[in-house]
Amino acid sequence: MSRPAQTQENTVKKTLMIATVAATAMSAQFATAARDYISIVGSSTVYPFATVVAERFGKSTNYKTPKIESTGSGGGMKLFCQGVGVAHPDITNASRRIKSTEFEMCQENGVKDIVEVLIGYDGIVIGNSSAAKQMTITRRDLFLALAKKVPNPNGSETLVENPYKTWKDVNPALPANKIEVLGPPPTSGTRDAFQELALEGGCKTFSWIKAMKKKDKKAYKKVCRTVREDGPYIEAGENDNLIVQKLNANKNALGIFGFSFLDQNIDKIQGSLVDGQKPTFESIADGSYPVSRPLYFYVKKGHIDTIPGMKEYLTEFTSEKAFGEEGYLSEKGMIPLGKGERSKVAGDVKTLKNLAL
Amino acid sequence: MASAPENQKTIELVNQNLAKRYRAEKRFRAYGIASIGFGLLCLLFLFTDIIGKGHTAFLTTYVKLNVELSTDALDIYDVNDPQQIAGADYQGVLKKALRERFPEVTGRRDKRALYGIVSSGAGFEIRTLIEQQPELLNTTLDLWVLADDDYDTYYKSRSSDEGAYTGRFNEKQISWIETLIADGAVEKRLNTTFFNAGDSREPEQAGIRGAIMGSLFTLLVTLALSFPIGVASAVYLEEYAKKNKFTDFIEVNINNLAAVPSIIFGLLGLAIFINFFEMPRSIPLVGGFVLTLMTLPTIIISSRAAIKAVPPSIREAAMGIGASKMQVILHHVLPLAMPGMLTGAIIGMAQALGETAPLLMIGMVAFIVDVPGSISDPSTVLPVQIFLWSDSPERAFVEKTSAAIMVLLGFLIIMNTLAVWLRKRLERRW
Repeated sequence: MSRPAQTQENTVKKTLMIATVAATAMSAQFATAARDYISIVGSSTVYPFATVVAERFGKSTNYKTPKIESTGSGGGMKLFCQGVGVAHPDITNASRRIKSTEFEMCQENGVKDIVEVLIGYDGIVIGNSSAAKQMTITRRDLFLALAKKVPNPNGSETLVENPYKTWKDVNPALPANKIEVLGPPPTSGTRDAFQELALEGGCKTFSWIKAMKKKDKKAYKKVCRTVREDGPYIEAGENDNLIVQKLNANKNALGIFGFSFLDQNIDKIQGSLVDGQKPTFESIADGSYPVSRPLYFYVKKGHIDTIPGMKEYLTEFTSEKAFGEEGYLSEKGMIPLGKGERSKVAGDVKTLKNLAL
Repeated sequence: MASAPENQKTIELVNQNLAKRYRAEKRFRAYGIASIGFGLLCLLFLFTDIIGKGHTAFLTTYVKLNVELSTDALDIYDVNDPQQIAGADYQGVLKKALRERFPEVTGRRDKRALYGIVSSGAGFEIRTLIEQQPELLNTTLDLWVLADDDYDTYYKSRSSDEGAYTGRFNEKQISWIETLIADGAVEKRLNTTFFNAGDSREPEQAGIRGAIMGSLFTLLVTLALSFPIGVASAVYLEEYAKKNKFTDFIEVNINNLAAVPSIIFGLLGLAIFINFFEMPRSIPLVGGFVLTLMTLPTIIISSRAAIKAVPPSIREAAMGIGASKMQVILHHVLPLAMPGMLTGAIIGMAQALGETAPLLMIGMVAFIVDVPGSISDPSTVLPVQIFLWSDSPERAFVEKTSAAIMVLLGFLIIMNTLAVWLRKRLERRW
């Protein structure tokens, strides 16, 4: 009676032991194993461009295709700056420049040497359905229509809660439609850029608010970059495709999204003229379209010798056939840098110039 | 018979109310039918929308070109060198074929647009062809090559009511493709790439194999861990544990865990497996661990219910002829409870198959081209692939997204049908 029970008990013990050994061995294996592919994190705006480069790189070389996670610019920096070693990503994409706080965090965690690579520009489009009338707006109109607090309409130098309900209230030249703007939520890099470039750009046109910048920078930023929360600005999620679909359904609404989405859906939506400039490839590239932002990626120099293919990936990204005037990235909707800028970036990448803030 | 008049009264009362009661009954039934009808209508809407958008993705457009596969044009000087065969300029011969097909096209810009007719992956198809049949070198033949996604969408939407998708095309591009169509050099074929390839940023080259393999590996890990652990805990709690405050406490906690939002399990997985054990991000092994945590409560609860449903008389009979407690459980209770436990496990797995939120935290929401070959290769899963495609700017990804949803729904329906079938097939009544 007791014998089978005992054997069974033994088997259980054995199984447990094997499981423990296997688990330990596995974690040991992971801890020491070298990674043979590049790990990239970061901005969802750069993601569609970085993935194209990664795919071409994987197909045309003998290296594995890099793995790219879309974590957002801020989330990417956080992962990137956690430390040096195979467990941490090698490259982070960003739709804005690294912040000094992030740079310090990197330094504290031993990520000393970082190479900054500027890859191109992205335009932010304020568009509506092609079935509606094309809008011609200024950044000042956008600020007045979408900021939380605006200068008192009676002309005095005070701020009031945004009273405007229709575009006509903002500027008599605009149609009498209700202000309805579908845009990304605060977690999005597109939103940050929109606030900084469009809203603040319009805000600065009031000279007395601009004067505030010198006295109280914080208060100035708060006035110029806070979006109203009483309805006209509708947070439509991070998915730009969704905004495009909603614009089709609602002819009166405007939407805020990246240029590549306008490029792909040009049969359904149109971009509004901002400060007299149409959002086109050319106007963004030469800087005349006012709402555009730079795209970057950051490379951990300490990984270049341990992870295979890092140098080649950098070379591929900064080659003329990728980020050049007629490169494949421009086909995907990225706006290339000027010629001088491009050769400077390519040179800096070759020498792996350290970033210093 | 003193009650007769009173009886009369009751019947009258009943008769008076009868019509009203029948009406109430009918209304009550109508509510039920209406709810079911509403549910079905939503389902119908969902299915027609998805199938309407997605069915076109199973076909893809090919273009016929007269390609000269000369070793000169391919830059191959030693036919026996596989290195040279692999590295030859196949896209170049396609460009040449296009130039010859449309000799009137001049100018850098126009030529670039012309080369866009064929997919940037078409060269790799020719490479595979040459590797298999090297005797084709130095011949000129008509080849069907994969078209670019813009042309694919144009060709598919040509005959639709809304009019063709002309998107970024200029008139020249439309005239080229129309010429090719008129020549019968464009046709739709079964999209095998969609089932054989991993992810890609070019819609015509994107496939779901990587995601399906990732899902498979993740689910294997989940099943291998959660089923034994879940059944063992259920057996212990039902058969051995004493009923006291402590087991009550455990029970309440298991029930609570079943309702915890799945993202919490993702955060837990990030903290334990990735930050503490330093496992790599984005691998199915870690994904499986996290989903195990998530499905365990479901499996434990359903296994306990199945064990509870085995009548005590069976246990007593087995004990009566001298079986030990363990023999009773292994020989009688577990086999009889197995159908119920399996159903629970399959439903848990189906739930795990559709999960994305916890995987976001452990890095499985990523662009991964190479199809994973083991549980420690970086990979995504099906729902994540759907999410990633739905966020891509290229128009052709709309149909891919819907097609991937159809595949995912197919798997879910198969798993749930299996659960129902198992229950019907193996169920015993006492």
